[in-house]
Amino acid sequence: MIPLTDSAPAVLASPVITEQPPAIDYGLLSPMLVVFAAGVIAVLIEAFAPKAQRRSLQLGLALASVLGAFVLTVLQVGALPADEAGVTTALGSVAIDRPTLFLQGTILVLAFISLLLIAEQRSGESAFAAQAATVPGSEEERSHVLAGSQHTEVYPLVLFAVLGMQLFPASNDFLTMFIALEVMSLPLYLLCGLARRRRLFSQEAAVKYFLLGAFSSAFFLFGIALVYGYAGSVNFADINEAIGEGGSPLFAGTAEPLLLVGIAMIGVGLLFKIGAVPFHNWKPDVYQGAPTPITALMASAVLVAAFGALLRVFLMAFGASVEQWRPMLWVVAILTMVLAAVIAVTQRDIKRLLAYSSVVHAGFVLTAVIAASPEGLAGAMFYLAAYGFTTIGAFAVITLVRTHENGPEAADLAQWAGLGRTSPLLAGSLALFLLAFAGIPLTSGFIGKFAVFQAAVAAGATPLVVVGVLSSAVTAFFYVRIIVLMFFSEPEGSGPAVIRAGALTGSVIGIGVAATLLLGVYPTPVLDTMLPQPVGEEAEPTAADDGFTR
Amino acid sequence: MELYAPIFVLGGIGAVFVVVSMIVGSIAGPKRYNRAKLQAYECGIEPTPQPAGGGRFTIKYYLTAMLFIVFDIEIIFLYPWAVHFDALGLFGLIAMILFLVNVSIAYAYEWRRGGLEWN
Repeated sequence: MIPLTDSAPAVLASPVITEQPPAIDYGLLSPMLVVFAAGVIAVLIEAFAPKAQRRSLQLGLALASVLGAFVLTVLQVGALPADEAGVTTALGSVAIDRPTLFLQGTILVLAFISLLLIAEQRSGESAFAAQAATVPGSEEERSHVLAGSQHTEVYPLVLFAVLGMQLFPASNDFLTMFIALEVMSLPLYLLCGLARRRRLFSQEAAVKYFLLGAFSSAFFLFGIALVYGYAGSVNFADINEAIGEGGSPLFAGTAEPLLLVGIAMIGVGLLFKIGAVPFHNWKPDVYQGAPTPITALMASAVLVAAFGALLRVFLMAFGASVEQWRPMLWVVAILTMVLAAVIAVTQRDIKRLLAYSSVVHAGFVLTAVIAASPEGLAGAMFYLAAYGFTTIGAFAVITLVRTHENGPEAADLAQWAGLGRTSPLLAGSLALFLLAFAGIPLTSGFIGKFAVFQAAVAAGATPLVVVGVLSSAVTAFFYVRIIVLMFFSEPEGSGPAVIRAGALTGSVIGIGVAATLLLGVYPTPVLDTMLPQPVGEEAEPTAADDGFTR
Repeated sequence: MELYAPIFVLGGIGAVFVVVSMIVGSIAGPKRYNRAKLQAYECGIEPTPQPAGGGRFTIKYYLTAMLFIVFDIEIIFLYPWAVHFDALGLFGLIAMILFLVNVSIAYAYEWRRGGLEWN
């Protein structure tokens, strides 16, 4: 071969060429590999298994793999070096540390519960369209419904999405994080459009989510490019180091705007995924249109993953410029907590209301991100786990309450009047979930809110916490309004029709109630496992002992 | 400058090939025109007039296009691997085989579920 050039700019490091295979710790990656392998096998089942057996095969495989991955995740905690925060593997592209493992474990548990909800079907009718490719209301659609067609592709799609969620908070450079973001999002776009009832709503939700998601991904990518220009690396630790040194030597310290615009654009991409104001507009539409089990998955596991990534990016990659990004997140957090709470008050649709509630909760967790301390990290992770269980339970209740026998879900709040008289147990569970959302003591929501607000106060963000508490009061109003509606209002006509909870939905609600109460009454074991060991003396803005590996 | 000589030579060969085949084709080729032959060239679809109802065409084209993308992306990754096959060693070979297997699974799904049947 002809040697082309040897005049590369001297400042750019020449790439290291090695003939050694990269060191990859397959043990640490095993939870993700298990889920990926299961997703691939699930596609093969779709291709080769006979129609009648697909659902049971898929469900068994999905549940077994998510459970197996959870066990492997727990085992990795012991495999981490005791003295260090964590390790990076696969050429530094994946960081496995205690926060990562906690988030991954939470995601897997929440995905497991969501899978139970996804698998639920009554007399052969699941929450998903019989044949999504048919035109809604057409003769073809009817024939597929009568033939009992099913989209068992839902299971591999969920598995691939879970894989993306696992990788999202574990990624240690921006390119890996972008891949994880897309692996997580693409199956979700598709899943959103598969609702069995109100199919046009569902398809609208899918298209909106896809377009806005692609748009925010573009922001994220552009931000990566700018930060790469500033720091000369996409690796989080390298970026943090470069910020400390004032940027790549190419620019001789004049490239600060590049960094700031980059942080803002990456922030847009991540804040879109958590649904913070002003990037929240997709959430009500998508939560309303998507099949309710998928909404449950998005409101719980996806939120955990997105916040995990947000925490890692802002604390790890941009930890050295905390003073620059903090004001931006202040504004976003205040807007999120205030605007979403006010808009939520006017909602008439239960799923839209829970969507706005999810936006408000994202604002609360943002206060812990702003704290940028080990306590903030622990508080945010506890909040996300607690909120995840509660929200899946709430959406599980929604799947059971219908307008009439064999009808669609009762979307309009007015139809929920008098539920407490006809099915007190169901209404009681929902009331508990709503109280947890409101942050009433003895529920997990209280402990979560307490933890994040305490961390924010400790970091000097007291005004933010004042806004947060006021916003909680506003949200408590509409949660309590639903409870009053269920228990103290006369039903409209014959009231909502409640279908009997199958074993799967029943256990989902049961797990939700149990977790909400347990984490509310006795949260110490979970809180203790999250705080980094040994606990740091005083929270510093970018304390090196927050448990994230560098 | 001599570094670029092979590129110029290759470009020259390409240009000569185009010109020669056009001339030879116009002299030696039979000229039997029909309607289909006189139409503008476009894969598979009748270009004009557009079908009624705002130009819908069958979803089979999308399936074929997606299958093409699957293999196109496969090729894009195969090229850099092939160039540095020796340096990447056994690890690269195994990684590439795993990649090919995974791509084939998507193909197997489309084939088994009737995506390739054209009727």
